[in-house]
This record gives sequence, C-alpha cells and structure tokens, in this order.
Amino acid sequence: MIGERGWHKAGWLLLFLLPGVGGLLIFTVLPILASFVLAFFSWDLLTPPQFVGVKNFADIFHDKEFWAALRHTLLFIAGYVPLVVVCGLCMALAMNAALRGIGILRTLFFFPVVSSWVAVALLWSWLFNPKYGLVNYLLSLVGIPGPGWLFDPNWAMPAIILTSVWKDLGFVLVLFLAGLQSIPVDYGEAAALDGAGRIAQFRHVTLPLLAPTTFFVLIISLINSFQVFDQVWVMTEGGPAGATTVLVERIVRHAFSYGEMGYAAALSWVLFFLVFAATLVQFRVQRMGNFDV
Amino acid sequence: MSSRLWPSLLRYAALITGGLLMIIPFWWMLVTSIKPPGSVLTVPPELFPRQPTLESYQRVFATVPIGRMFFNSLVMTVVSVACQIATSAMAAYAFARMQWRGRNVVFLLYIATLMVPSQVTITPLFILMQRLGWVDTYPGLIAPSIVSAFGVFLLRQAMLSVPREYEEAAVLDGATHWTIFRHVVLPMIGPALATLGVFATMSTWNSFLWPLFVTRDERLMTLPVGLALLHGRYTTEWSMVMAGAIISVVPIILVYLAAQRAFVRGVALSGLK
Repeated sequence: MIGERGWHKAGWLLLFLLPGVGGLLIFTVLPILASFVLAFFSWDLLTPPQFVGVKNFADIFHDKEFWAALRHTLLFIAGYVPLVVVCGLCMALAMNAALRGIGILRTLFFFPVVSSWVAVALLWSWLFNPKYGLVNYLLSLVGIPGPGWLFDPNWAMPAIILTSVWKDLGFVLVLFLAGLQSIPVDYGEAAALDGAGRIAQFRHVTLPLLAPTTFFVLIISLINSFQVFDQVWVMTEGGPAGATTVLVERIVRHAFSYGEMGYAAALSWVLFFLVFAATLVQFRVQRMGNFDV
Repeated sequence: MSSRLWPSLLRYAALITGGLLMIIPFWWMLVTSIKPPGSVLTVPPELFPRQPTLESYQRVFATVPIGRMFFNSLVMTVVSVACQIATSAMAAYAFARMQWRGRNVVFLLYIATLMVPSQVTITPLFILMQRLGWVDTYPGLIAPSIVSAFGVFLLRQAMLSVPREYEEAAVLDGATHWTIFRHVVLPMIGPALATLGVFATMSTWNSFLWPLFVTRDERLMTLPVGLALLHGRYTTEWSMVMAGAIISVVPIILVYLAAQRAFVRGVALSGLK
C-alpha cells in the first residue's frame, strides 16, 4: 500500500509493534511458558528449584484441600450463575419496557459494578454482621432469626454468593438490555396478533431470540466465577474453618503462605484446564440446543 | 383495563425494588462512616446518625497512609491506562493496516493469551519482579499492566472498520504510516479509545490480586490493598472501615458519572471484568 521496502518497512513495523508485542512477550507469553515449566518443579525461592516431574499434579490429585476448594468453587458457581442471570434478565425485561427514569436506574445498578471488590466485600461483611448488621436486623423485623452468615460454615458461601450477585447484577443487566433492544418489536407484535399471550410471547419469541446474549452472559459468568477470589479473600479468607476455600485462594496460599511456587503453578494450570473444559462443554451444549448458532 | 395495569405495576415494583437494593447498601456505607465510632455497634442499628462526625475519616488518615495509597492508585491507573492505550493502538494499527509476514500467527497468539486466566502468570511474574528487585516498587506495580491484549483486540476491530478511502487519500498526499496513524485512523476510532480507556481505568483502579502480591510496604500499596489492610487491623471498627471504603469508591463513581455512556458501552463490549 504505502511504498515501502526492506529496511524501511521493517523500521515502521518495529516502531508500531515493539511496545505492544514486546510487552505481551515479557509480561504474558513468557510468564505463561515459565509457569508451565515451573509446574514441574518444586521451588521456595530460597533454595534452588528441584525438578519433580509430575509430582505436583499427583499431589494435587491427592490433596483433600484441593478437592474441597474445587467443591466450594463449584458451589459458588451453582449459586451465583443462575441467580445473577435470572435476576439480571428480569431486571432487563422490566427496564426494557419502562420508559421513564431508566437512565437513573441503570446508573444506580452500575455503582456496584464500578466499585472495587474489596470495598463491596467489606460493605457486605458489615451488612451480614450477625449481631449488628442491617441484613439480620431487617430479617428480624419480619420474624426471621438471621444466621451467623460469615461466621457460620453453612452460611458463609451463600453470603459470598449474594454479595457477588449484587455486585455483578448491573453488568449482566446491561448485557441483557443490549440483547433485548436488538430484538425487533414486530416479532412480538406478530405473535400477539396470532393470539399469543405475554408469557407465550416471552417463551417463544423473546427467549429464543435472546439465546446468543444468554449464551454470552453464561460463558462470561462461568469463566469469571471459576476465578473468584477478591471477595472470598476479604470476607472470609477461606474460612470459617476452611468452608469457603476456592481454587484461586489455594493458589495464593501455596505461593505465598507456604512458599510452594511449583505447586501453585501446577494449581493454576489445573484451573486453566477446568475453565477451558467448562467453556468447551458450554459450546457443545449450545450447539446441541440450537440449529443455527 | 386492569389486565393492562397489573403487568405495569409489577414491572415498576420490580424496578423500584431493584433500585433500592442497589442504593441502600451505599447509603448504609456512608451512614456508618459518619457515625461516632462508639455508636456503630448498636442493636437495633441506628438508621440515621444522630451525631454525624468525620472522626472516623480522621482516624483512617492517621493510621494508614491512605493519602499515599490514593496517590499510588492514581499513578498506577494513569500510567497503565496511558500506556495501554498507546501500545494497543500502535500494535492494532500494525495488525489492521500493515501487511507483514506472520501477522495472523502473532494475532492468534494474542487471542490465545486472552484465554489463559491471569492467575497462571502471577507466580512467574512475581518471581521475575523479585529477580529484578522490583518488589515494592512502582515499576513492579505498574509494569504488568502497561500492555493489554484485550486493548489490541478492541482497537484492531475498530480500525478495521475505518473506510480505506481516507488512508488512500493520505497516501496520495505522501503520508507516512505515522502520519496516517496519528491524523487519519486515531481520530476516527474515538469511541473505541474511550471505551478502552474507561475499561482500563476501572480494572486498574480496582485491581487487587497483583498489587497484593507485589507490595509489602504500606507506602506502596494501592487503595484496595490498603483497604483490606485497614480491615485486617481494625476488623470491628466498622465506621473506620466504611470510611476507607467510601474513600476508595467515591473517585471511581465520580469518574463513572462523568463518562457514563463510555462505561456502559465498554462493559457491554468487553464482557470481561
């Protein structure tokens, strides 16, 4: 296109590419490769690294705490994903038809989204305080004795789930709104003309046409929730009594509290594998359910 | 008539409930932070502070270097965002508008790295920072976030849809790549640049895991890490903790209010948090 040959072209290319690609190589590609190699070693940063082959991975397989963290992570996903998707969709549906004031509402829904997880986690730690928190107070007003939330092994994860749903609702809402607004109004009208009631309209027109958006929201939510960390670290640090340990929390612990860099690297690859597998499964399921994705 | 009214009522009820659920916790955060420390732990909770005071804010400033932490967050965010936009725009131009061997392969590399969770790179990055002596330093804090694969992705997409006629006209006038980049392409992808800027600002200001790893000294910590530290030290002093939370949340909310459309578009486009 632009008259350029040899050195001249190489010079321009270098100028444009070097910062971006250079940075990517140093801070992403190389660490990824290094992490892969590291997973086959045992290293505490003080003594020289020792090659241990697949021992780290074998240890993970036999590690009770790993399986517990996996269970808790899956529990989080099972609670968080459906809740945030359903609530987000309901809000989007409600907002899509309303005409006045939705700008203000959407702004409000975004406050949690732009706030940091730490601030939100601390806020909800306070709200969920069993004795002095607002949640239990409001529950007591309707005669329900509130549980120990973050201090109760059975209620800590639900508290974390609710906090996470609250924070991400605005995000899911915006995605669904965008999806809803791209559905032509005529489809619904045509269905109404054929005698379809609101619910039938929703089931047979809206929902199917929303499928790509729903799929996108599910994938993103799934990938993100496998990596849940900030709120867990701040609200419970994996407690009480290890009831809310999650995969990334395990990685951080092994890297920093136990000084087991190789084990932590191996764990992070197991995490990658799980996320990858889950995403693949979702793509398969999507393809099975749709004929024209 | 009533069958028309009912869904509407339900809808507005749901919206009002949702709105309240979003705003009440923030209001409670504020209220708690301006209560006198002693009156926070009451049963039932005092819904309106009878004696509002800024005492907790003063105590926050006195016990952790929160001003310094604010500054650290600011520096980290401004430098990271500026670098991300610059490096991503330039790389995106190379992918979108320059022909070279291996272009597709390298771009696939970008996509591949997007699939790998950040936790995989964190351990080696920390080791690298340690070897470089960059733990507890600004370079150590900022370096990993000066490039953005997502940014390259986004901007390349935007550049691809800039009509070629403009560039062709510029070439006829004897323009170099840099001239085209700066004066033709960049001005035309304004919204995408804003989107990237907003997204990068939000995620850098709020980032927790990496700053947690790489800073040990309080004076290098960013706001989220400092806030967690504050909570760790004063676990039950909720008026202080909430004051710290307000300090960390207000700036980003103000930025959000000022650039709302760009934010919403950015989040919807990225799908990443």
